[in-house]
Amino acid sequence: MIVEFKLTNLPIGEKAEVVSVLAQGVARNRLLDLGLVPKTIIEAVRKSPLGDPVAYKIRGAVIALRAEESSQIRVRSLN
Amino acid sequence: MGLTAQSTGINAFLEELKQSSVKADAVIALAGNPNTGKSTVFNGLTGLNQHTGNWPGKTVILAKGNYQHQRKNITLVDLPGTYSLLANSADEQVARDFICFGNPDAVVVVADATCLERNLNLSLQVMEITPRTILCVNLIDEARRKKMEIDLAKLEAILGIPVVPAVAREKVGLKQLKDVIDKVAFGKKWPQPKSMEYSETIEAALAEIQREVDHLLQGKFNSRWVALRLLDGDNSIITEIFHYLQRLEIKKQEYYQEKVKVVECCE
Repeated sequence: MIVEFKLTNLPIGEKAEVVSVLAQGVARNRLLDLGLVPKTIIEAVRKSPLGDPVAYKIRGAVIALRAEESSQIRVRSLN
Repeated sequence: MGLTAQSTGINAFLEELKQSSVKADAVIALAGNPNTGKSTVFNGLTGLNQHTGNWPGKTVILAKGNYQHQRKNITLVDLPGTYSLLANSADEQVARDFICFGNPDAVVVVADATCLERNLNLSLQVMEITPRTILCVNLIDEARRKKMEIDLAKLEAILGIPVVPAVAREKVGLKQLKDVIDKVAFGKKWPQPKSMEYSETIEAALAEIQREVDHLLQGKFNSRWVALRLLDGDNSIITEIFHYLQRLEIKKQEYYQEKVKVVECCE
């Protein structure tokens, strides 16, 4: 069964596939420009001391996203 | 005199560019994602002969430098590092405005070979605005260290623009880059960039407005690109185009007024 969830809930060290970006307007453009288009594989690398933002590996670069942004991204588990 | 629309923004930089002591035979823009070694390429080409200039109203700095190649003066403009030209930030707006309104003779996109994929977004966006685009794949040595081999010939075939490998830190590939810049800037070579095709719905909408847009722009801009921005609902670019056309109109009027004065003096 394919489970779909918010990127915010992806555990550290695990990978998922982007399903959709829910953000609108400038925020949406920004996320798409960072390479977060559907079918992109994304990996949660580590948490900052306070738990937010979280560093993600996206298409060869590590990028920090706040929960505000990652909650706008729907992903699904790879297996 | 306070700051007017004419004294700030991209226009101020363009004026300064015109008044440079060395007359430029060609103006080349350097674009690229942040941290791709863009400024290293810039310094490598110009021999650190740069002087940075910023203008009021923008916190962003554009660096300008010159080099000579085959007895021609080439002015190089280092744009701020951006992931995109869709103007989500001041940096992106500066980069976009220069590519759109600065009339560069060529745009060199500097890409990081170790994460080429994410750099191609910007390359495609530049290619959509101007066919005179060159891709410089920098940091080839680091990619090799990571056991990555890049098929440059295939990349060139897919994109339809010249692709030049480089290790700017060690000045590898810069000679070839200068040669390619020369070819593209002086029209000895016309890149044929792959045109991006969108979904049927978007293409249908484009077809509907593009002719109208083309008519309004009178060939001053790439109408497909402007039509796409209109569909995007990007108001900032529409405002900029409007200002740009207004400035052209003002310049035309000033020119005629000057002529009238001359005639009056003669009478």
